[in-house]
Amino acid sequence: MARLHEYQGKELLAAVGIETPRGGVARSADEAQAIAATIGLPVVMKIQAWMTGRKKIGGVAFVETADGVRAEADKLLTMTVGNFPVTEILVEEMLPIDEELFVSLSIDDASRQPVMLLALEGGSGIEDRAASVHRLSIDVKAGVDSQHIRLLLAESKLDAAFHDKIVAAVEGVWTIARKNEARSVEVNPLVTTTDGRVIAADCRMTIDDYAVFRHPELGIDIARELDHPPTELERIAYSIEQDDHRGTFYFAQLPVDPDKPKIGFHGAGGGGSMMSMDAISNAGFAIANFTDTSGNPSVAKVYRAARIILSQDGLVGYFGSGSGVASQEQYHSAYGLAKAFIEMDLAIPAVIRLGGNSEDRAVEILQDCCENLPATVEGYRKDDTPSAIAERFKQLVNEAGAAAPIMARSVPAFAVKGEAYSFPILGGRVFIDHEHCDAQATAMVTKFGGELFKEENGKPVLAVSEEDVAKKDSDLIACEMECYRAGKPVVFVDLLIPGLDD
Amino acid sequence: MAIIIDETKRVLVQGITGREGQARTRLMKEFGTNLIAGCTPKKGGQEVHGVPVFNTVKEAMEATGGKLDISTVFVPARLVKYAAIEAIEAGVKLLVLVPDRVPVWDAMEIAAAAKANDASFVGPNTLGILSPGKGVLGMIGGRAASAQQWFKQGSVGIVSRSGGMTSSCGYYIGQQGIGLSTLVHVGGDTVLGMRIPDVALLFEQDPQTKVIVVFGEIGGSQEEQLAELMQQGKVTKPIVAYIGGAAAKEGTRFSHAGAIIEGGRGTHAGKVEALTKAGATVVKGFGELPEATRKILDKIGVAA
Repeated sequence: MARLHEYQGKELLAAVGIETPRGGVARSADEAQAIAATIGLPVVMKIQAWMTGRKKIGGVAFVETADGVRAEADKLLTMTVGNFPVTEILVEEMLPIDEELFVSLSIDDASRQPVMLLALEGGSGIEDRAASVHRLSIDVKAGVDSQHIRLLLAESKLDAAFHDKIVAAVEGVWTIARKNEARSVEVNPLVTTTDGRVIAADCRMTIDDYAVFRHPELGIDIARELDHPPTELERIAYSIEQDDHRGTFYFAQLPVDPDKPKIGFHGAGGGGSMMSMDAISNAGFAIANFTDTSGNPSVAKVYRAARIILSQDGLVGYFGSGSGVASQEQYHSAYGLAKAFIEMDLAIPAVIRLGGNSEDRAVEILQDCCENLPATVEGYRKDDTPSAIAERFKQLVNEAGAAAPIMARSVPAFAVKGEAYSFPILGGRVFIDHEHCDAQATAMVTKFGGELFKEENGKPVLAVSEEDVAKKDSDLIACEMECYRAGKPVVFVDLLIPGLDD
Repeated sequence: MAIIIDETKRVLVQGITGREGQARTRLMKEFGTNLIAGCTPKKGGQEVHGVPVFNTVKEAMEATGGKLDISTVFVPARLVKYAAIEAIEAGVKLLVLVPDRVPVWDAMEIAAAAKANDASFVGPNTLGILSPGKGVLGMIGGRAASAQQWFKQGSVGIVSRSGGMTSSCGYYIGQQGIGLSTLVHVGGDTVLGMRIPDVALLFEQDPQTKVIVVFGEIGGSQEEQLAELMQQGKVTKPIVAYIGGAAAKEGTRFSHAGAIIEGGRGTHAGKVEALTKAGATVVKGFGELPEATRKILDKIGVAA
């Protein structure tokens, strides 16, 4: 996750010499009590969650007794923020605060430079201090101008004894932001204490998703901006993205209004997805997930995305729509979606807008393949507007009734028995049902499989090396679906989704 | 006229021998872009679709008469910074940075180098720029034949924060029989070279453009800044806008690095309000965009 928890940010600050409160992270009441015993009472206990306003929801406790530490730890560690359980709390010394200051560094899109916000006049909450906030544009090469900070401090009411330490803290914020390629670092508050210290009492930090690869030391497992720790499905989805770099796949689960019917969403392209989500939301639906497969993704990626979307509980329908005028060939998406829908024996209506290059072929593939499924699957083109297809979707959902069925994946018998002709590909295995390959079926496999297959003793076999076929999932799935459409389902591409299928 | 790209501009392709570079070179050439040279380190002397390849931008510049107006960059994201700075230092004044996933601190370094050398850039993460009948930079439209069929010359300028939606805006507006001056995708990232307000200022100066269509998104300050320019009288041409992301919530990012609401800034409501107050026509549904554009053209008496 590209957001760091408070304690992780504080570790980075401490490493560049900025003082942080004494304390540590606890994952149980025992650990909390041990930390409190080390640092001494009273203590502050704070849930580690990516949100502002932890105090308001009872996520911060000031505790004076050892029993209190246990009781609060038990309470805090059973809290949930949104739908996500709190698993870590920070236990720290209570600070004798004198003044509360504020330092943040973020990226300013307007000036294309880092910008630092600095409040040196105390007060509670950045809003209160807005009037006294200094906004400093920073040269990305030169960094913070310490002389400038000193001048601002000289003009402030802050005791001169603190100035050096505050300058160091401001420089520290810059250093960790630059070094770790942060999108933002916020120390709110930076405090002066009655015993003469300057301490970073809180720290919120977000790392640039695109630079995470340069910072393995941060241990970020999901380089995605989310407002919550990753869900199980988000982790599964992210690992797919790491294993297959053809095109992009985003998947994020969203909090839903329980009073609205919940749908699975599959977009293509960021802007097109947002526009389509607005349309489906205007039609009265709650969106369970944001998904975007774009940038010319492999068919396997589209298929896996669809499977992940469909593994969410309680969906009443599947809505797919992107920009509508895609540059990429749309039949790839049609094959991937059709394959997922067939395997899941889709029981909820699906409306997919496949507008763009080769849209006619794409719509035909999708509708043909899904003809015999329990639910209605409809494909649309660029001249069908998102709002019109959202209305059509609503109609189909209403006709289907309210109960959300549970769907499970099924695999053809010949692929399960293990007797079929088969070979491995990247992330899966291809099975061909030689037993049912009559002359017609064999001809189809060799025709739709292009150069990948040849006929041997009347059966289709691989014509290229296993190495050469390893990344041909798009062609192989096309072949599988075309044979299926033609009434000869003799090919099966078994693609694994680690975490979902095992 | 038109903005940024027309048939007179001499264009370089950096990373021309790569998979994307080769594919896009063919498309740009088929569309009619005036491609002069390409470069890839150590591949000098080759040709890609008839375009000569050089080792460095400097070499390409010297060998082709010392004047390259624009460089389109198709190198891997982590190398974009080096390619861009090389071109800027060699004297290219406009760059189009196509790759996605360029680190934001790299983008800020590119911005600083551009500023110091009086250069500008579009992107990173831009699908490109297209002036119907004149030229394309990047990859808008996919196939040249599709692009030529979808977009006709005319008087509406399009600027968008979404690549796919740049084409969509152009296509749906075109279905109304309306032609376009230039389509610009500014890119989906937080730190961009040219932003919506910068492009609007170019459209303001362009005699061919009579109406500006804006596809905005949540996050950042581009739409608010455009509204400011309108309030200041610096952008006076009629604006029709759609802002995506009404259904989005704070803190979660929707693919585009720039499309994230942070600290309550860049909300959908805030952008709609700022633009509406400044006199723009802001449509609620994306489908209303073409008709709204049609109405404004009728009102100002432009046949399109």
